[in-house]
Amino acid sequence: MKLELGKIPIHDVKFDSESRIEGNTLYLNQEELISHLMVDENIKSITIDVARPGDKTRIMPVKDVIEPRVKVSGKGQVFPGTLSKVETVGQGRTNVLKGMAVVTTGKIVGFQEGIIDMSGPGADYTPFSKLVNLVVVCEPVEGIDQHTHEKTVRIAGLRAAAYLGNLAKDIEAEEIETYETYTVKESMEKFPDLPRVAYVLMLQTQGLLHDTYVYGVDMKHSLPTIIYPTELMDGAIISGNCVSACDKNTTYHHLNNPVVEDLFKKHGKELNFVAVVITNENVYLDDKERSSDWTSKLVEFLDVDGVIISQEGFGNPDTDLIMNCKKIEAKGIKTVIITDEYAGRDGASQSLADADESANAVVTAGNANMVIELPPMDKVIGYQEVADVIAGGFAGSLKPDGSITAELQVIVGATNELGFNKLSAR
Amino acid sequence: MVKEIERAGIPVVHICTVVPISQTVGANRIVPAIAIPHPLGDPSQPADKEKEIRRKLIDKALQALSTEISEQTVFE
Amino acid sequence: MSKIRVVHYINQFFGQIGGEEKADHKPEAREGFVGPGMAFQASFKDKAEIVGTVICGDSYFNENIEAETEELLTMIETFKPDLFIAGPAFNAGRYGMACGSIAATVKEKLGIPALTGMYVENPGVDSFKSKVHIVSTKDSAAGMRDAIKKMAPLALKLALGEPIGSPEEEGYIPTGIRVNFFEEKRGSERAVEMLLKKLKGEEFTTEYPMPDFDRVDPSPAIKDITKATIALVTSGGIVPKGNPDRIESSSASKYAKYDIEGIDDLTAEEYETAHGGYDPVYANKDADRVLPVDVLREFGKEGKIGKLHRYFYTTTGNGTSVANAKKFAAAIAKELVSDGVDAVILTST
Repeated sequence: MKLELGKIPIHDVKFDSESRIEGNTLYLNQEELISHLMVDENIKSITIDVARPGDKTRIMPVKDVIEPRVKVSGKGQVFPGTLSKVETVGQGRTNVLKGMAVVTTGKIVGFQEGIIDMSGPGADYTPFSKLVNLVVVCEPVEGIDQHTHEKTVRIAGLRAAAYLGNLAKDIEAEEIETYETYTVKESMEKFPDLPRVAYVLMLQTQGLLHDTYVYGVDMKHSLPTIIYPTELMDGAIISGNCVSACDKNTTYHHLNNPVVEDLFKKHGKELNFVAVVITNENVYLDDKERSSDWTSKLVEFLDVDGVIISQEGFGNPDTDLIMNCKKIEAKGIKTVIITDEYAGRDGASQSLADADESANAVVTAGNANMVIELPPMDKVIGYQEVADVIAGGFAGSLKPDGSITAELQVIVGATNELGFNKLSAR
Repeated sequence: MVKEIERAGIPVVHICTVVPISQTVGANRIVPAIAIPHPLGDPSQPADKEKEIRRKLIDKALQALSTEISEQTVFE
Repeated sequence: MSKIRVVHYINQFFGQIGGEEKADHKPEAREGFVGPGMAFQASFKDKAEIVGTVICGDSYFNENIEAETEELLTMIETFKPDLFIAGPAFNAGRYGMACGSIAATVKEKLGIPALTGMYVENPGVDSFKSKVHIVSTKDSAAGMRDAIKKMAPLALKLALGEPIGSPEEEGYIPTGIRVNFFEEKRGSERAVEMLLKKLKGEEFTTEYPMPDFDRVDPSPAIKDITKATIALVTSGGIVPKGNPDRIESSSASKYAKYDIEGIDDLTAEEYETAHGGYDPVYANKDADRVLPVDVLREFGKEGKIGKLHRYFYTTTGNGTSVANAKKFAAAIAKELVSDGVDAVILTST
């Protein structure tokens, strides 16, 4: 399966009477976008704002971050099964608006929402401070339950991203990057001497604000399965706003999965990137055993030599991670796992809830308990007062002057376990 | 937490879903629970059935507390 | 910029007072450098100056640890140092304990950087490696030159507040403290490189070595459970509605204790969960699903247990450090023991 990504750099977003892309600027008719989103009867109001790198702006509580994309050619549309019809994506050409994102915020749904600071010390820890963010503030109608609230905002974000992506449908991208995965037999013939490598992508699936959707399927109801890496690039996997802000994989992360990108960089040169295996992190022990059995079976079946396993979240998913690692290593397949740490504010505690000696190759994305001071910002998009209750905050996190003292946990993407960042710990 | 209480000489039974974590961190008496968000309940069951499930789990926990052990034991 | 003011601590032997027979030498302070301080001074060039040296006998210090630490601290403080160096102590046990103790105390109380050096098997290493940087040295004074070569530059870095590299780069013994830093490459790239090395059978360094978890022997069983007082403890974050003590949804800094005298059932109107790590809908509808007060009350009435303890203890296990969990549990255990509780049911989500 082969996909071309046409990259269209966006340097700024401006409001105008007609939505369009000219050069590196995206012009937006915000009334048009708002009415496009208001089709959902569960939405009471939508407001739109723009936050640029370096602005003294704080966005919180952030639910999801999404990169606008559009299918130019090839089957299907972006976000299949959730926003568009179910049809296999991942081939042909897709245009990407690089350098910008849609960020959804609004009244808090659950503890697992986070902060994006566009400048100051907090900005160093989130990759989204480097993007021009179109912020969609989405308020639900009164009286809807948490699950509906979450879904409403999730879909509104995807819809906004698709609307913006659509503006780039007919643009000829200057920079085009090609990604190709071969079938099992083809790749064996093409690269007989290269080590075969698979990527086990663990997805959070633990209920409200902990779900991930694959072609519209709530992944907790699926057994582990195989997916082409390019399917991710067309939005086959989207975030249900999983877990603590720091180590949730937003939809942006799924679209730009760094393990996929870095494996592709060595694909056909130093290794043969065979497939992505997706698995879940469920709340029942039987599911954990079954899914990790299945994962190890699949990579054995693919006859790979090595596997990279990435986690999402922490705590009981540490067990899923260790089970996957242990069972795959037991089959004689080498693993590297990517995780993050909860070593306490002083860094002196054990970092993971589970451990096994077979996990001898670990990449860490840093200690999420580290305390950080976020100075006051001139502008807050959303609700700052939730600082005390989101995961990583504590009573008194928000000071009267608008500064926030909290754990790194509160920052969106800070200790991402796909290895999106440079942060580490030792 | 289990270990610190046990260290003080009080027997503890740990009712938890993720038995491997409990084993790794070193609980001695372990009773497997239903699911993470509802360890001692099952919302898919009618109320009386759910109560019965909970009673059975607690019965098992009491049995665990009454059983002499020399090493980590999971009371299935 | 003015020179960094350094105070150096050494024992009676390196202070050229005497060997074991002088190990009870009382603390004294001298201006300038003494003994190995000369080599340190040479290494510092004009960046730093040893303004004072404090000397104490190894036995004297170890027999009077608390009082001596205080006295030495006062002596050190009068030199108004910017940096403190102790030793190196090589494999001398009492000297190592003294160096570690005084360096850790200076760092904490005077708020200035401190550094010491020891052989990796010195008992001072285990006691103090998490509190102060300890440079790894050889096991005898024959390794003095080598030790100073590593200690002097690290000491200057600490004093200037420069970023400290990894234990391998800087030559100190791993502190066991996890510290965040920015790598040159992103995590995914490091993972791919690590996997390629592992596949080729080349050496690689894991970024997080797996921990050893300690074990506790099982307590004896309850002889007669129908007479036992049983307490409920949970890490599932069950709290009275509104979370009055504001237990954090993640990384809890506290636990709470609530009276359940006369309560037969945890209702949705009265109780909820503060835990941010799982879907709260089920626990909020019926908290007995996490903290089974209803069934234990019934069992109490039916005579299956002696009684349910009057209080339950709760915290959120989500992202809460092991150290905090330990601390809470130790405090809880103390109360349970003094309240005469016989057994505990601990529920986790």
